[in-house]
Amino acid sequence: MQLTVWTYEGPPHIGAMRIANSMRGVHYVLHAPQGDTYADLLFTMIERNSKRPPVTYTTFQARDLGGDTAELFKSSARSAYERFKPDLLLVGASCTAELIQDDPGGLAKALALPIPVVPLELPAYQKKENWGAAETFYQIVRAVAGPLAPAPGTPKAPRRAGARPSCNILGPTSLGFRNRDDVREISRLIESLGIEVAVVAPLGASTADIARLGDADFNVVLYSEIAMQAAQFLKRSFGQPIVSIAPIGVGATRAFIAEVAKLAGVDASGVLSDAASRLPWYSRSVDSTYLTGKRVFIFGDGTHAIAAARIAKEELGFTVVGLGTYSREMAREVRDAAKLYGVEALISDDYLEVEETIAGLHPELVLGTQMERHIAKRLGVPCAVISAPVHVQDFPARYSPHMGFEGANVIFDTWVHPLMMGLEEHLLAMFREDFEFNDTAPSHLGGHASGKVAHTPGSRTESLAPADTNPLAEAAVAASADLAVIEPGAKLMATIASEIVWAAEAETELRKIPFFVRGKARRNTETYAKQQGVALITVETLYDAKAHFGR
Amino acid sequence: MNAHVTVNGNAIKSTAPDTAGACNAPVVTFERGQREVFCGLTSIVWLHRKIQDAFFLVVGSRTCAHLVQSAAGVMIFAEPRFATAIIDERDLAGLADIDDELDRVVTRLLDRRPEIKLLFLVGSCPSEVIKLDLKRAAQRLSKIHTPKVRILNYSGSGIETTFTQGEDACLATLAAELPATATNAPPSLLVVGALPDVVEDQFRRLFEDLGIGPVAFLPARTANQQPAVGPDTRFLLAQPFLGDTARALENRGGKRIEAPFPFGEEGTTLWLEAAARVWNVPDDRFQRVTAPRRERARRAVERHRERLGGRSIFFFPDSQLEPPLARFLARELGMVVIEIGTPYLNRQHLDQELALLPHGTSIVEGQDVEAQIDRCRAARPDIVVCGLGLANPLEAEGLTTKWSIELLFSPVHGYEQAGDLAELFARPLDRRARLEV
Repeated sequence: MQLTVWTYEGPPHIGAMRIANSMRGVHYVLHAPQGDTYADLLFTMIERNSKRPPVTYTTFQARDLGGDTAELFKSSARSAYERFKPDLLLVGASCTAELIQDDPGGLAKALALPIPVVPLELPAYQKKENWGAAETFYQIVRAVAGPLAPAPGTPKAPRRAGARPSCNILGPTSLGFRNRDDVREISRLIESLGIEVAVVAPLGASTADIARLGDADFNVVLYSEIAMQAAQFLKRSFGQPIVSIAPIGVGATRAFIAEVAKLAGVDASGVLSDAASRLPWYSRSVDSTYLTGKRVFIFGDGTHAIAAARIAKEELGFTVVGLGTYSREMAREVRDAAKLYGVEALISDDYLEVEETIAGLHPELVLGTQMERHIAKRLGVPCAVISAPVHVQDFPARYSPHMGFEGANVIFDTWVHPLMMGLEEHLLAMFREDFEFNDTAPSHLGGHASGKVAHTPGSRTESLAPADTNPLAEAAVAASADLAVIEPGAKLMATIASEIVWAAEAETELRKIPFFVRGKARRNTETYAKQQGVALITVETLYDAKAHFGR
Repeated sequence: MNAHVTVNGNAIKSTAPDTAGACNAPVVTFERGQREVFCGLTSIVWLHRKIQDAFFLVVGSRTCAHLVQSAAGVMIFAEPRFATAIIDERDLAGLADIDDELDRVVTRLLDRRPEIKLLFLVGSCPSEVIKLDLKRAAQRLSKIHTPKVRILNYSGSGIETTFTQGEDACLATLAAELPATATNAPPSLLVVGALPDVVEDQFRRLFEDLGIGPVAFLPARTANQQPAVGPDTRFLLAQPFLGDTARALENRGGKRIEAPFPFGEEGTTLWLEAAARVWNVPDDRFQRVTAPRRERARRAVERHRERLGGRSIFFFPDSQLEPPLARFLARELGMVVIEIGTPYLNRQHLDQELALLPHGTSIVEGQDVEAQIDRCRAARPDIVVCGLGLANPLEAEGLTTKWSIELLFSPVHGYEQAGDLAELFARPLDRRARLEV
């Protein structure tokens, strides 16, 4: 049993719904109790789909449990077929239906429908959403493309003379992070190499498209979490090699292009030399100097977290202080990546543990999911979102890919933008002696006051920094500091301060340090004071500690 | 009342005798099929904000956690006072002792949130199906954590409850645990149903001005302020979905004051009047207290009459608020009600409401969502009230919709909110009229 405040992934049947909703002509009959239809709103509200997801739920109730839930499943499947006339039917159970063991696969088979029926076994008490999506996509590919595979050992037929090389793009789904725009960006990139994109799946694919997956020369897997299992099946069955580099960031996009060109036997030099991303120049531009060594914490699904860490280090000159994922399926890859940055990977889907880790690391930027945005807001740390689980904000109206060269531009803007705000805060703090400038000036960061409280919990006076000069501000800060908001961070970070006292002038000096590094300065000073057995922290102690820690 | 039962689109004449038989009674049809409704866990989204030192721990699956989080949105600013204890494979296989596991989770939670005084263990579909005895668990845990924390349980499972029935189940549990009133206590009024604090305060002032009291509200804002109940308690339901809670209060000796529900000027007046009769409030006093407020409510509602009058409306089932809201919209705004879908119709509590509905109004209890969408498309109503799963798809078909969930999250009861309630329905039409893209 796991205590869960927020969950990164839904149950596996949500993953199956994402696949069904991605495709054309696929319908999913889900044996599920009343209430599980909530999942429709993920698609209609978060993704703003104009159609209901293609899912029929049996919505059984307590009174049905005494009767014949199996018959209910059969009648639901039959009427779903008659009403929606799909090309392929997925059948399965949600968590509760799994417990009553009605065997939707067997029941659906007994209906003898004139279309392929793919039964899904998605263990709801073991597995989660992405696993469910991967398994569902694999089962569809196996059922539809599998029978068309050549006999094992048959060499791949050579391409027709004059035909362009071709590949499939696998992995983009409904409710995937920026998948819609990634597909457009990467398709354009591949086409620019003179390679045909044969099928994109599951997003937008029909069952006929799935049937011709085996015709392409190779497969591009954009999101391993979703499509690697199916791609490996296609490799075994059709001998299609896999490109598994996620083209996120300039370096990875270049490596991706090189790999794709190699498999297709085309020359990539033209595309590589034309490739225009503003990121490399913007990152070299002198105004970016302040980005140097920014301490960044990264958390997301495996694909996006690993890619983000590489960009952070190699393309923006940050220091990666933490890297983690909620995707247990990608734990090995993330652990390997973490070694590159000398950090220990956090493999966890426990929101509370992630929160604790972030609070303990005092990063200057968090790159995470909507959950980490939540945590960062509470701790007063800038944050950019890099991964699902998605939020309505992750479906911007404008073209906004995460992959390819345009994706790198988008990344530069979205990661650096919150830090620019940080710089402005810094300037505000530097000029705080100016009567028009003070820490309570309106901030772009929002949640300014409470953020600061959480950021520097070692002290009460500091959270009310301007209190000495402005009693009204103190009242305002105290009023806005919702206890429920600051409670976890405060508890986590209230550490060693109890027996050490700050001299008034040292407090004043500390307040001259920009707020977003002030907490770290306080912590370092207190640690130093404790090590040195200093009971009263003076201005001298503050600067001794600064020299000691080199920051 | 004409009762029909429909199964998969086939209307079956009910064998139950027509009880009412009045010619202007609504026509009630019962329908079965796919239900597009939330389960009772969803009501945690507003309950956890109402009782400020209570925490709701769902004992269920990842689906339950995902549901509550999706319904609440991840935009809640403060840390929510709800969480899920997710049952996993080890618990089901008996590899872990499920009682020990629950104790461990509850202890971790209470350590983390020391301000919590009342903890609800909320049952779910999986916990019901595996017959996890949460009542016993609540008693066991209460012994450990008393007197710091009281631990109660109820079920919000989808197999037993829809959406607002979760609040009913929660309040029914609470009602059974309320302190008893002193013997020979003076008659007191209990207003039942979670209301926003601002609405509660308005009603408190109204009852005080009418000389009705003492007045208490269930649920109260904190765990240790919960009201007492006994044979001298008269209670008024503020919501139409509180069947179990009413029964629990009746078991404690309380007596329900029959009334329509306080939506709109008329509903609020009738609701107050029902209590005033019990307290023998003189008519002139009642008029003096309510007249200015009624006038204000009428003026506020009138502003939306032009937009809403004569327009047709179709309700998909959601919160059980549908019949009283339809009554308000039909009688005070002149709307034409095409169909009132409701997940469950409590005929006893809605007796007076049903009598106020226009002649022959069609009420559909239960749901077969596909058949209902077909009817809705055919009727082309001016506005459709439905859940979040249906709203955008219907909008995309050119229908105008109102999200029903907002009717639970916004203050809509009483005189001062009558105009706001009308505005909730007028706004989507207003918006559609403004847009030229």
